[in-house]
Amino acid sequence: MIHAEELTKYYGTKPAIQDVSLSIDKGRIVGLLGPNGAGKTTILRILTCYMQPTAGRVTVDGLDCRTQSLEVRKRIGFLPEMVPLYSDLTIEKFLSFSGTIKGLNGSRLKSDMDRVIDECGLEEHRKRLIKYLSKGLKQRVGIAQALLGDPPLLILDEPTTGLDPAQIIDVRNLIRDLGGERTVLLSTHILPEVSQLCERVIILHKGRVRKEDAPGNLAREIQKGLRTILSVDGPGEEIRQKLSGIEGVSEVQDSSKPGEYMVLSSGDESVRPRMARMVVESGWDLQEMRSSELSLEEVFVHLVTEEGGEDVS
Amino acid sequence: MNAVLGVLRKEMRITYTSPIFYAAAFIFLVITGYFFYSATAYFSLLSMQAGQNPFLAENLNLTNVVVKPFFGDLAVILLLMLPLLTMRLYAEEKKSGTIELLFTYPVSDSAVLAGKFMATMAVLLSMLLGTLPYMIILETMADLEWGIVLSGYLGVVLLGAAFIALGVFTSSLTENQIVAAVISFGALLLLWAVGWAKALAGPGLGSILEHVSIIGHLDPFTQGLIDTRDIVFYVVFIFFWLFLTLRFLQSRYWRG
Repeated sequence: MIHAEELTKYYGTKPAIQDVSLSIDKGRIVGLLGPNGAGKTTILRILTCYMQPTAGRVTVDGLDCRTQSLEVRKRIGFLPEMVPLYSDLTIEKFLSFSGTIKGLNGSRLKSDMDRVIDECGLEEHRKRLIKYLSKGLKQRVGIAQALLGDPPLLILDEPTTGLDPAQIIDVRNLIRDLGGERTVLLSTHILPEVSQLCERVIILHKGRVRKEDAPGNLAREIQKGLRTILSVDGPGEEIRQKLSGIEGVSEVQDSSKPGEYMVLSSGDESVRPRMARMVVESGWDLQEMRSSELSLEEVFVHLVTEEGGEDVS
Repeated sequence: MNAVLGVLRKEMRITYTSPIFYAAAFIFLVITGYFFYSATAYFSLLSMQAGQNPFLAENLNLTNVVVKPFFGDLAVILLLMLPLLTMRLYAEEKKSGTIELLFTYPVSDSAVLAGKFMATMAVLLSMLLGTLPYMIILETMADLEWGIVLSGYLGVVLLGAAFIALGVFTSSLTENQIVAAVISFGALLLLWAVGWAKALAGPGLGSILEHVSIIGHLDPFTQGLIDTRDIVFYVVFIFFWLFLTLRFLQSRYWRG
């Protein structure tokens, strides 16, 4: 569906992306993951023909983005970052405008509008002005306009940014339902989002593709085992020694708070009951025990240093 | 064509829900009404004096005293008002980010531009239509030369279209509407006033300045003279700025 070869884009003399090659098959949900400034939006803007790459070539459905821009755009439903909408129009008028511009008219426009309004759950709001809608509803309107004309490719730029947790779940479910026949490419900097939604993840850092894999493999590879945080009242040195002695524990670090220890262990879940038992049997008080997942920052530090190491070798 | 109409409808909808339009149209009608009233009152004063002065009566002419100055006044008010109506066309879309939607929909930049230009023309026409009752009132009281009135309106429409074309261009340059309006007003004022330097410049440069002056080409219309040269001037002026707008919008491809 999307085929990009060695895309490079410079803003002035600063490269935003460099030698990015992508190939995305039909019917997949793919995530572009990266911190802010990694080049996600630049890539999406090139794919949607908003701008052209300084070097490289993109085809969507076999059509060249440079020479067949209008044909490419007909096949794409795009939700830009921050969901820009015409706030002075009602949902209905806005969708009618989007549909008309996408080449729909008459009964086709009407039926398509009804379909996307239904699909995005906007029926009871269709006569409301967009400026009075909540952020979650605006997001739905943004997705609805992308769906008009039933494009085979949906490109969503950070679709859940700025939403509250309930709305995030809502929008994620919507995106999952939209998959199926369609190809969906979404950008995000939220790791769990990718693992919940996407079949494949492309990790970007500083304008380059760092990794490309299924999210399961990626998490497993990055996490390399379990991380547990223990809060124990007792003599620090002894606690650390005893924890290190437990089978399966590979490392014990001091956590940021006093009396807390971060324990890295193999993927075996039985290590946690063993730790609890050890603490209790030693006569110390176990205040808290929780699992800790790698934050996105840590994932990136990890990936970047690892990649850097590989580069050197 | 479908897309042009879509953009046109959207622009009209947004314009007719915006307070700027109602404020501008209201002030426009108040000021034109005031100018019309004072010109008519002056004419009636002159008519009364003409009763005692046969020489004055011979030269007293409704067209010269009321109609011709009225179109001049319209031009001045449009110079002030149209930058306020054109400033949002692209600047607002840039600021709110909707330009990204517009540029990724399957529609050419020229279709969007045509839609926006035509929508603003429609607003201009609706405002000018509001001044037509003045002429009808005049007709009930005096013998109006409708040929001159219509050619005057044609001239004002062309002049207004020229203002709009330049205003669209300045709006495409920035995401700040005030900046767009200021640049547009300043540029129009300069192009208006450039003819005044005719007397100071030499004969060669003077005649060039006179031809470049945007207001100089309106005069013949208000006298009932429809000259192809004036029409060509306005049409070229309009297309020049619309063309620059398109080129500037397309620079996003390589500027990023």
